This record gives sequence, C-alpha cells and structure tokens, in this order.
Amino acid sequence: MGTVAIHADGLNKWFGEGEARTNALKDVHLDTTFGEMVYIVGPSGSGKTTLLSVLSGILRPDSGTVLCEGADLWKLSNDELATFRLSKIGFVFQDYHLFPRLTTAENVAIPLILRRTDWDKALIEAAKYLEIVGLKGRANLPPVKLSGGEQQRVAIARAIISQPDILIMDEPTASLDGDTGRSIVAFVKEKFLNANRCILIVTHDARINEFATRILHMEDGRLSNEERHQNE
Amino acid sequence: MFGILRLAYKLLVNDKAKFTALLIGITFAVFLMTEITAMFAGVLNRASATVINIGARIWVMDPSVQTVANTIGMPDYALDAVRSMKGVKFAVPLFSGGALVKLQDGAYQSVNVIGLDDTSLFGRPQMEQGQIESIYAEGAFLVVDDSEFPKLGNPKIGTVFELNDHRGVVTGIAKVATSALFGVPSLYTTYYRAIQYIPNPRYTISYLLIEPKNESDIPSIQKQVQALGYLALTREQFETKISNFYMFQTSLGMNILIMTIVSFVVGLSISGQTFYTFILENLEKFGALKAIGTKNRELVLMILFQATFTSLAGYGLGIGLCTLATALAKMRLPDYASRITYGNLGLALLMVVIIAAMSSYIGVRKVLRIEPFDIFRG
Ligand SMILES: Nc1ncnc2c1ncn2[C@@H]1O[C@H](COP(=O)(O)OP(=O)(O)OP(=O)(O)O)[C@@H](O)[C@H]1O
Ligand SMILES: [Mg+2]
Repeated sequence: MGTVAIHADGLNKWFGEGEARTNALKDVHLDTTFGEMVYIVGPSGSGKTTLLSVLSGILRPDSGTVLCEGADLWKLSNDELATFRLSKIGFVFQDYHLFPRLTTAENVAIPLILRRTDWDKALIEAAKYLEIVGLKGRANLPPVKLSGGEQQRVAIARAIISQPDILIMDEPTASLDGDTGRSIVAFVKEKFLNANRCILIVTHDARINEFATRILHMEDGRLSNEERHQNE
Repeated sequence: MFGILRLAYKLLVNDKAKFTALLIGITFAVFLMTEITAMFAGVLNRASATVINIGARIWVMDPSVQTVANTIGMPDYALDAVRSMKGVKFAVPLFSGGALVKLQDGAYQSVNVIGLDDTSLFGRPQMEQGQIESIYAEGAFLVVDDSEFPKLGNPKIGTVFELNDHRGVVTGIAKVATSALFGVPSLYTTYYRAIQYIPNPRYTISYLLIEPKNESDIPSIQKQVQALGYLALTREQFETKISNFYMFQTSLGMNILIMTIVSFVVGLSISGQTFYTFILENLEKFGALKAIGTKNRELVLMILFQATFTSLAGYGLGIGLCTLATALAKMRLPDYASRITYGNLGLALLMVVIIAAMSSYIGVRKVLRIEPFDIFRG
C-alpha cells in the first residue's frame, strides 16, 4: 500500500427540507492511497457526485471529516479551500465546461493563469499538454470546432496541466462512444497515474472497468467498502 | 493578477456581438447626456453674458428683475443713496437695453446697447481696434466683435449708422469674453448717450454696480440696499439667479432634465441588460472557474474589470462623438452655444460609473451565488 491520499470518515450530507429532505451521504467512510485509480459506481441518485464534491473541497458536508494529504479540508476557510483545489486537485467535469470564446490553448492554460503563471508561458505549457493529449495543432481553434472526444481531451489537459496530486472525473465517458471512452481512460491512466498520484472516477460505464485498481459501490447514500480489484 | 484580468478582457471582447451592444449602449447614453447638458451649459453661460463681461462685484436691481435681459429702471436717487452706504468703495450706473439700428443699406437690425458710466467707464471692454477713449466722441459706439458682429455688416471704424433716428458712428471694435444668448449684436456707449438715444420710462438706471471696500462688507451692503427697496446680488448670485430662471421658470430646464434622465435610463437598460445576459451566459463557466479554485474576490475583480473597461471605453467614445458633433456644428453655425464643461464631463462620468456599478452589482451577485457543486453536477 502507498501513502494515504484521502481519508474520509463519518460523512453525512442532507439536501432539501421537510418531505423532500434526502440523506445523500450516509456515514460514508473512505480511504484511498496514491497510485490508485478508484472507481465509484452505483445507480443514479445514489450520491456519487455528492461524494466526489465533498472529497474534493467543493461541497461542505453536514458532518464528518476529510483529510486530504493530511489537510483537514472542511476546517479551511473558503479562500484556503479554493487555493487547495487549485494546487492539489484537477477536475474533469461531465460536460467539460470549456469557454467557447477562448481558444483551446487558452482554455487549457486557465489553471496556470489562476496560479499567476505568466500568460505567454502558460500558453506554451498549454500547447505542450495539448500535444500530450493528441491535439497538436489545435491550440488556436475554439473548442466548439472540436469533436466531443477531442473536447473531453481538452478538459483533461486542463485538469492535469497544473500537475495535481488528485484527479477527479465525473462520468468522463458518458457522452463518448465506447471506443473513444476506453481510449481516453486508458490514456489518462498511462500518462497521469503514478505512485504519487491518485485518480477518482465516477462512472456508469462497465466497458472501462478493466482500468480500475479498485471499484467501490454506492447505493442510496451508502458506500460499501467491500472492494473488488479488477485483477481478482 | 494581470493574467486574470487578461482572461476577463478576452471573455468580454471575444463575445463581439454583446461587447458591441454594450459599447453602443454606453456610448449613446454618454453622447446624449453630454450633448444635452453641454447645450444647456452653453445657453446658461450666454444668458449671463452681460454679468460676466461687465465683471462688477455687486449688482443692484429692482427685486422683480429675473434675467439680465429684462431690466426695470431705477431712479437717480438710488445711485446717491448707494454711494453713501457704509462699505461701498464706489458705485456707478449701467444702462442695458434694446434699440433698433438702421444700417447703411437700409436694413434694420436689433441691437443691445450697454451704457457705461461716463466718468469711470466701469465695465469697459477690451479693445480690438481703436481706443476706449473714442467712446466720448460725438455719437460714438463701440461694436463688439462677437459671433453676432456680421449682422451689422462687419462694420469698420468710421462706419456710420442710425440708431433710433440718431446718427451713430463706430469708433472702435471691442473684444468680448462671452457672447450673448439672444442673437443680437452688442454696442457699447456712454451712459448719458444711451439714455439720450434710447427712449426710456421715467427711471433710466438699469443696474447699479458696486465695488465694496472689502469682501466682508458685502452682507451689510446687501442689507442696506434691501432697506432701500432694491436687491443687491454678488456676481455669482446674479448668475445663479439667471440660471435658475432658465432652469425653473422656463420649460427649458425641465426638458433638459427629462432628456438627461431618459438618456441615462436608456443607457442603463441597454448596458445593464446586455451585461446581465453576458454574465448569465457565462455563469456556468464562472462556476467552473470557482470549482477549479478561483477565489470569490478574483471573480468579483474580473466582473468589475469587465464593467469598468466597457464603461470607460463607452465614455471615451461618447465624449469623442460629442466633441466631434460640437466641432461640426460650430463649423456650420458659429453661433452654436454648446459648451462641454468639466461639469458636463463629470456628470456623464458619474452616470457611467452608476451604470457600471449597477450592471456589475447584478453580475457579482449572480456569480457569488453559484455553487460550484451545481456546476459539477451538470
Ligand atoms: N442541490 C440539491 N438539492 C436537493 N437534492 C439534491 C441536490 N443535489 C443532490 N441532491 C440529491 O442527492 C442525491 C444524490 O445526488 P447525486 O447527484 O450525488 O447522485 P449521483 O449518484 O451522482 O447520480 P447520477 O448518477 O444521476 O449522477 C439525489 O437523490 C439527488 O436528488
Ligand atoms: Mg452524478
């Protein structure tokens, strides 16, 4: 086992009021270590996105703690949380959220620009990452000119350009065809994962199961800690 | 910090349609506001032309006088009374009134005649040609070389005319700081010639001009004049009174006010609406930026920068357009009264700042409220 990346304990999260009140996370416990590529699978509405958000410092839980690389996330101020996300975590959103009025390279450069990297340097770096994700020569196109799979790769380049320790992906293959989805996940595992990094993926897509080092099941807000390694 | 602003700039400017709409809205509003208020400033300035040009410290008049153009005569004993008041250094009479001039070609032209005190010539104009002393010559008049000058057929020294059936001769050309509102030429002569040539009711003094011994004597002089049954105003008070007359006693001021408000509201709604749509359209992206790790403060900075940049660009364009329009108008119409004062510029800037503040306030509120979790959830 490597060192602990995320340690979460007793997480609870409620949404809504009265009749509509739902318990989206029920006493969730989770440990992940560096070097892992963990999948969280489960039916729709079971709380997978909620869990990812709580683990990555986006959504405050009603109770419980998240220790991320030793930092007690939910004791941090909002600004400290923002800084934490910017420096430690890369996000790939389900529907990419690329800026249509910026070029592909500018989109990829955003995390570096937010980290005060000089504009031109950030763009040079972005071009490198576009090359890594196989989009050489597309740097100056607007993202809408790219196909869905290509846009997803732009989003991945944006998520990894600042070399985060933890990569968070929510349904990264949902809007891609099977082959494209597989090749993207395989690509991320090959290019990004190493002994000092950890990837958390939420997915419905069984076709990519072969890449997981561990698969956790979620149902009705509970995370079952019986694990299934794909090699088993 | 600069990178974030550059990002904000690109997001704004690359959306060409909205950016253009924003610029047009603000430019248009600034143009209208400045144009209208400048015109009004020009009119007000000209309405006080006589007061500015004569330059006396205190003006005594009948309390019913509303503007410099409608004078009510005062008797000679008022002059004697004022002269003996405490704190008065000297006091002189001034005549101001209309007359009809018959030019050499037989055409008639209305003029305004100002009669200066014979002994002191207080309020004398600067001369462009000829000597001020020539005003004492037989039938002498000084013609003011303002924008109305050509209406007298561009007279020269020695040009002869008839004024209310008396023979008049131009003995000098005077310069003047501010030309008058009413579109008629101005002539200077002596007080006594003015009241001889121009038929008058019983009382002939239009204004009494007072120079106080000290600034601190002014309030007591005003009280003493009031006791006499007349009104004593400082130059500034008189100008304000004239401005107020045009602003509040004529429909002019109210129309200007309405137009200014309308252009403000139009500008605000076009730019506010467009900026709001711009923010709404980018709201998810701002949310994504937030999720990635942008601090609220930085998002606010981006929005403020976008609003400020657009507003100042629109302000510059609006003022530029206004200057251009005024310059063009002055080329065709030398009489064009519009004056772009610092006050006009300041007012338009204030309104633009309010527009920017209100637009960005709405945007900032929206952006601060987005939960990155909602963006994340899709
Ligand atoms: N902002 C919210 N307000 C109210 N209820 C919410 C909110 N967000 C999530 N929920 C509820 O919490 C539960 C878990 O939602 P979540 O989005 O985490 O599910 P999920 O497992 O990611 O589902 P899916 O596979 O469809 O994405 C659901 O019942 C959902 O309706
Ligand atoms: Mg989900």
